[in-house]
Amino acid sequence: MIQVSNLSKKYNKNTVLSITELEIPKGQAFGLVGNNGAGKTTFFNLLLDLINPTTGSIINNGIQVNKSEEWKPFTAAFIDESFLIGYLTPEEYFYFIGELRGMNKADIDSFLKQFEEIFNDEIIGKKKYLRDLSKGNQKKAGIVAALIGDPEVVILDEPFANLDPTTQIRLKKLLRDLTKNSRATVLISSHDLGHVTEVCERIVVLDKGEVVKDIKTSEETLKELEAYFSV
Amino acid sequence: MIKHFASFEWKQFFRSSYWQKSIALNILLGFFALYLMVSFLIMGIAIYPVLEDKFPDKDPLTIVNGILFFWFLSDLMMRFFLQKLPVMNIKPFLILPLKRRKIVNYVLQKSALSFFNFLPLFAVIPFGIMLIINNHGITTGFVWIATMLIFTLVINYLNFIIESKSAETELSFLPIILIASVLFALNHFEIVSFASLIGSTMNAIVENPLFIIAPIVLLVAIYLVNYQILRKKLYVDESVKSKTEEASTTTMEWTRKFGSIAPFLQLDLKLITRNKRPRSSIFILAIGLLYGLFFYPQEMYADKEWLYVFVGTFVTGIFMINFGQFIPAWDSGYYKLLMSQNIKYKEYLNSKYSLMIMVSILMFVLSIPYVYFGWKILVVHFATLIYNLGINVYILLYAGSFNRKKIDLTQRAAFNYQGTGAVQWIVGFPLLFVPVLIFLLPYFTLGFEAAVATLIILGIIGVVFHQKIMTFITKKYLQSKYNMISAFDQSN
Repeated sequence: MIQVSNLSKKYNKNTVLSITELEIPKGQAFGLVGNNGAGKTTFFNLLLDLINPTTGSIINNGIQVNKSEEWKPFTAAFIDESFLIGYLTPEEYFYFIGELRGMNKADIDSFLKQFEEIFNDEIIGKKKYLRDLSKGNQKKAGIVAALIGDPEVVILDEPFANLDPTTQIRLKKLLRDLTKNSRATVLISSHDLGHVTEVCERIVVLDKGEVVKDIKTSEETLKELEAYFSV
Repeated sequence: MIKHFASFEWKQFFRSSYWQKSIALNILLGFFALYLMVSFLIMGIAIYPVLEDKFPDKDPLTIVNGILFFWFLSDLMMRFFLQKLPVMNIKPFLILPLKRRKIVNYVLQKSALSFFNFLPLFAVIPFGIMLIINNHGITTGFVWIATMLIFTLVINYLNFIIESKSAETELSFLPIILIASVLFALNHFEIVSFASLIGSTMNAIVENPLFIIAPIVLLVAIYLVNYQILRKKLYVDESVKSKTEEASTTTMEWTRKFGSIAPFLQLDLKLITRNKRPRSSIFILAIGLLYGLFFYPQEMYADKEWLYVFVGTFVTGIFMINFGQFIPAWDSGYYKLLMSQNIKYKEYLNSKYSLMIMVSILMFVLSIPYVYFGWKILVVHFATLIYNLGINVYILLYAGSFNRKKIDLTQRAAFNYQGTGAVQWIVGFPLLFVPVLIFLLPYFTLGFEAAVATLIILGIIGVVFHQKIMTFITKKYLQSKYNMISAFDQSN
């Protein structure tokens, strides 16, 4: 699904990301971990063509992301709050995103039904603008919006941060179901080693912009990661 | 500490990507400032001999004192539109071991060093020197200069009160216009003659320098009022207190008629109606519409057809200038979303274009009653409408691709007055004056009809090449995409 080759990003000779080769097959739940400054968000920004690579390329389903915009119809992401439109109500926001992805109001309404549990009655029908929601609820809205329209690639940066424990558990279940039942490729970054090992079938560790570990998740993965990071 | 504050601001200013991208604009501002200084200097030197020459039986000092009211009033107006409030990002300082008193005093005293306080001196000091040269006595000269300086500072702080109060409401600059008009009217109809009041005060101070204590007391008082206002705002309360608005959900079904741009059009309409900053452009429409009343009823402008061009461009283009020059900064808060969503840049820009031309046409229709002052006004308004639709709108969209300054729509706390100030108006000047210049050349050589036709033809050319121009502009936006994203990501 996603091929990365010779990708690097430099800011004034300072290399923040350098990946020679990385292939993410279709339908994989892919986890990205690493300390601050490891290049996780940079990688996602490159994947979404929000920054320009210094060298190399990312090919998303056969489309080179910084050459053509054709990857947009099947890719969705939630990176941070700047993916929300603060002066809309959550419903209006979902409708807007839905419209861009070719879904009408009724489609969205029935789509939103499955998230009632996660929304916990705090998001829909509250007559509040997104900017007035709490950080956690904003995040929920953003993550759900990224799932609108059955995208083939879903990119979530730190989806578990700021969420309450109940929602974290529900979100984990949701993400597992997503990769199990649909053809979606899910890319997640996290600082929480426990969460990623539970959700992802493959985990890549970045350090100073380079891939230092590429693990197929198993029973021992969490231990292995903890050992790596406790240096 | 003050040293630190000053260096923080210096860094904030020069390290922002806005500064780096707008050197040309800063140079333009510099020239504008230079122009003002020179004009004031000439005025300060020339006014004494001119008055002496025209009114030989009166004392020029008394005459000048008599018209000081208008000087103060226009000073206040100019400041309101051009001077920025002293802004500082205070939150990081609040928990540091720092006296709040110190922060407030710093912010207030810094404003005394504003360019707008030095500008009057270019006229005041030469005039004071002229007084001394013309045998009014050294004391008179110095006392007059000192009093003027104090009044200038009084106006400086008065402006902050007015500006911070009107920034809290949504009326934008209606209050200042109202205050100024009421003062002017009271004076004009001699209900309260401020002009002679201020005149005699000044005369008295010059006669007896001890009276200078009165304006000093006034200055101290107004400083303290400002101090109190700012001091109250120094609590984060003000900004974090959850003032949740009840959201209104509208479907805006009528926008469906516009096809693929409908979702963006809805978004823009919500942007304008639900956020304080853009909402002020609605009030500006009202002012724009009434702008013609300043000129058209007056005899002296009746035969100056070029003036119709200016007013016409203003009336039909005011929304364009006000809203258009912050494209795409209005969307800066969620620009990354727009850039990674399934959106065609061209549709996004087309929706902005449609919104601007719709409002322009609406403004033209609403301005039809001006035909009462002559059919030529209507003709010229129509020509300027076409010109705005064919030329100015593209200039604004094109200029937007150089836009690097984020607008924080959610910011409603004190100390936030982004995007106001002189720059905003300077951008508007060429858009308003170029059509006048274009009009003048054929007007003097070929006549009124030819001049009107020139504007219309230019506009039509723009409209005809709409697709081509939009493709070109879209390309520009695509080129600066990465720069915009990173600039809009910065908080300052």
